[in-house]
Amino acid sequence: MMQYKGWEGFVPGKWCNDEIDVRDFIQHNYTPYEGDSKFLAPATEATKKLWEIVCDLSKKEREAGGVLNADTKIVSTLTSHGAGYLDKDLEKIVGLQTDEPFKRSLQPFGGIRMSEGALEMYGYKIDPQVKEIFTKYRKTHNEGVFDAYTPEMRAARSAHILTGLPDAYGRGRIIGDYRRVALYGVDYLIKKKEEDKLAINGDMTPDKVRNREELADQIKALGALKEMAAIYGCDISKPAETAQQAIQALYFGYLAAVKDQNGAAMSIGRNTTFLDIYIERDLKKGLITEEQAQEFIDHFVMKLRIVKFMRTKEYNELFSGDPTWVTESIGGMGVDGRSLVTKTSFRILHTLDNLGPAPEPNLTVLWSKRLPVAFKRYCAEISIRTSSIQYESDDLMRPEMGDDYAIACCVSCMKVGKDMQFFGARANLAKCLLYAINGGKDELMKDKKTGKPMQVSPEFSPITSNDALDFNEVKAKFENMMTWLADLYVNTLNLIHYMHDKYSYEALEMSLHDTNVRRFFATGIAGLSCAADSLSAIKYAKVYPVRNEDGIVVDFRIEGDFPKYGNNDDRADELAVWLLKTFMNKVKSHYTYRDSIPTTSILTITSNVVYGKKTGNTPDGRKAGTPLAPGANPMHGRDCNGALASLESVAKLPYEYSRDGISNTFSITPGSLGKED
Amino acid sequence: MIGRIHSFESFGTVDGPGIRFVVFLQGCPLRCQYCHNPDTWKAGGEEYNVEDVAARVLRYKNYFGENGGVTVTGGEPLLQIDFVIALFKLLKEKGVHTCVDTSGITFHPEDAQSVAKHKELLEVADLFLLDIKHIDDEACKKLTGHSNQNTLAFARFLSENGKKTWIRQVLVPNITDSEKSLERTREFLDTLKTVEKVEVLPYHTMGVVKYEKLGLAYPLQGVAAPTKESVEKARRILRG
Repeated sequence: MMQYKGWEGFVPGKWCNDEIDVRDFIQHNYTPYEGDSKFLAPATEATKKLWEIVCDLSKKEREAGGVLNADTKIVSTLTSHGAGYLDKDLEKIVGLQTDEPFKRSLQPFGGIRMSEGALEMYGYKIDPQVKEIFTKYRKTHNEGVFDAYTPEMRAARSAHILTGLPDAYGRGRIIGDYRRVALYGVDYLIKKKEEDKLAINGDMTPDKVRNREELADQIKALGALKEMAAIYGCDISKPAETAQQAIQALYFGYLAAVKDQNGAAMSIGRNTTFLDIYIERDLKKGLITEEQAQEFIDHFVMKLRIVKFMRTKEYNELFSGDPTWVTESIGGMGVDGRSLVTKTSFRILHTLDNLGPAPEPNLTVLWSKRLPVAFKRYCAEISIRTSSIQYESDDLMRPEMGDDYAIACCVSCMKVGKDMQFFGARANLAKCLLYAINGGKDELMKDKKTGKPMQVSPEFSPITSNDALDFNEVKAKFENMMTWLADLYVNTLNLIHYMHDKYSYEALEMSLHDTNVRRFFATGIAGLSCAADSLSAIKYAKVYPVRNEDGIVVDFRIEGDFPKYGNNDDRADELAVWLLKTFMNKVKSHYTYRDSIPTTSILTITSNVVYGKKTGNTPDGRKAGTPLAPGANPMHGRDCNGALASLESVAKLPYEYSRDGISNTFSITPGSLGKED
Repeated sequence: MIGRIHSFESFGTVDGPGIRFVVFLQGCPLRCQYCHNPDTWKAGGEEYNVEDVAARVLRYKNYFGENGGVTVTGGEPLLQIDFVIALFKLLKEKGVHTCVDTSGITFHPEDAQSVAKHKELLEVADLFLLDIKHIDDEACKKLTGHSNQNTLAFARFLSENGKKTWIRQVLVPNITDSEKSLERTREFLDTLKTVEKVEVLPYHTMGVVKYEKLGLAYPLQGVAAPTKESVEKARRILRG
């Protein structure tokens, strides 16, 4: 009595009873796999040939200085380009962002200046008509934000106490539930969204009007998604009937998202257990072999590896490369105690052997003590060979997030299709401490008019004594300055996200979410360990301020030693905990856009270098311009009790205050993990 | 009880089984030419209470898993045997696996007091990593400044008392890698009953920097690390 041919052979449940519930489908239908990796198949000839084409294009792209080709005229939409292929006859999973591989698309809705600037840096010129349209007739997100920014917001931005704000580019971090396209087909999804839209009635408050307009945009985006698939000769209006169709439909969903948005992180969700159900069904029916199953996955992953955006060189410098953060979350445990590891969890990791190591897609294993041993071993083997797997603690996230969440970017978790987030970059707490000491005058920037140090915050009373800094005095001033910073930060983000929704709404991605979505307000902290060590230095050693001719404290003279964060020493670690809790409580006390739930993350993985450049000498002895530590890492070289002591310090940071994630960058050579025997 | 400590490593993976908290004790009577920790030779170090060190170890108990634990090394940890015994007593109460990395130099078989003391240690130590510097006594004296008699006696003592032992042999080209001496070592090991494992540790030059810092001449100037083949060969011989 299944409604669709594509659902034949599946165990029914709530998922097929006039609902959208992918998790319920997975739970009723997946097959946990406890075995080892021996079943895996090598790359097929077609895979090898296609991968050669990709490698050749990558080489040409590098030789061309980072960009091989870029669209200067056609604004990217779901249906803006004709079909593009690597080699049409060999590809099992098709679809490119433009009509040619490695041709970057033009995505000006976030900001036309960013598009224009990025093109110019690589020797391209934006079509004058496009520029005219997006400056004269069609406002962008970037323009909206700068129209509304207050002078204080602009000052904080240029002084880099607020950094990396998504005010000139796509905010990203939203993961559509791309599985819905495969499981339900687009027509069903449109029908459900139409029902939701009909249900919004009564007094047309601005909120309701916005919701109705957004749903209309979502429905249009779903229509465009079908058209986009049709360009490639595929019909995705109905549920997928085979594994190949399911992977293809899911990929089309994702492809539509990256045609629509060039967000900082465009993660793909948690798909392998879902796809495994289709692969198992086809294998059982004898429709495909293991070689073919692997080939589908290899071709899918190959497509994810060549997702590209047109970005400025500064942007790439900030992220140390050209990342897209196509994070795919793998494994984890179900809340019923069964492991969510399937054969396809192995198959996707096996792409690292079949296609060789690569940073994208960002394959992320949701690690639990209780994962099947054979899978853990396989992960370890692949990690040793390729260094290309990211691990995150499922045991930590599952209690709150259940068993169908996925990671956006590097650590930020959300229930797939149920949660979204407003990405908010980060506030620099190390710099905030310097502001506390200098009464809100920037230690590096000068006011352009007066040539005097720039007053960024309102004039708070600075430290005036030249004696050793008094811990209690500094701490009290720091707390005041954090109150100011949290207020400004939250309101800057409120403004940014209002404009992003208005001028660059992610209609396609949001069409693959429940209409009543839970929203997170994702703030972030940079410079945590530097600020903690600085407080520790002030508390346990003697730190004398050194002033310049303007009376600004620009350096510090330290007498004596002090405990440092990263050595499992409570004296320093509790200062880091205090910083996180204090700042987060201040963030929480404010109105957050669209009733979103405030969270924070401590995860600057590469941008810590750039943030450090904009931060003056700090009381911990760090010199101006040198990097802050990444994420929640201890400052470089200050952890001297081995890796576990360092990790234990990080682990003291309470996750409930940093629910958007805590990262600790940890490199180790295989040899230092023990001997082979 | 006070111990004099050089440093701690919370994530030791090469000194005994599993993940281990490693306590480096200060002071060593030997002057092995290949020593990569010359900064632990002299007396001194920072003083710690045994309770504090035990508390420090126990903070990492979660990481020890099924086979990890604590390893004391140095320096020569058994120069402070009373401290090691006291530390291990505290840790055994909490179910921590205990391991000593030693040269056995402090063991005097003819001295009843020394034997009794080492016997007391055996009661709280689960595993010994015993470093046989050189099987030939003359060569050993040249290499370390001391005879190997205490070491070999300690190996027999561990065997007689049924204590699990891993034998370690640092492989230095032209000094400890001759087939003949390796075979002699193997013959000696055949007389022991509790050897669970033989580790060949290839000599490396990572300690050179420390000699420079300490203003010491580096005794093995110009000696390269052994080749992979010779390490494999030594393993074959020593593992019988």
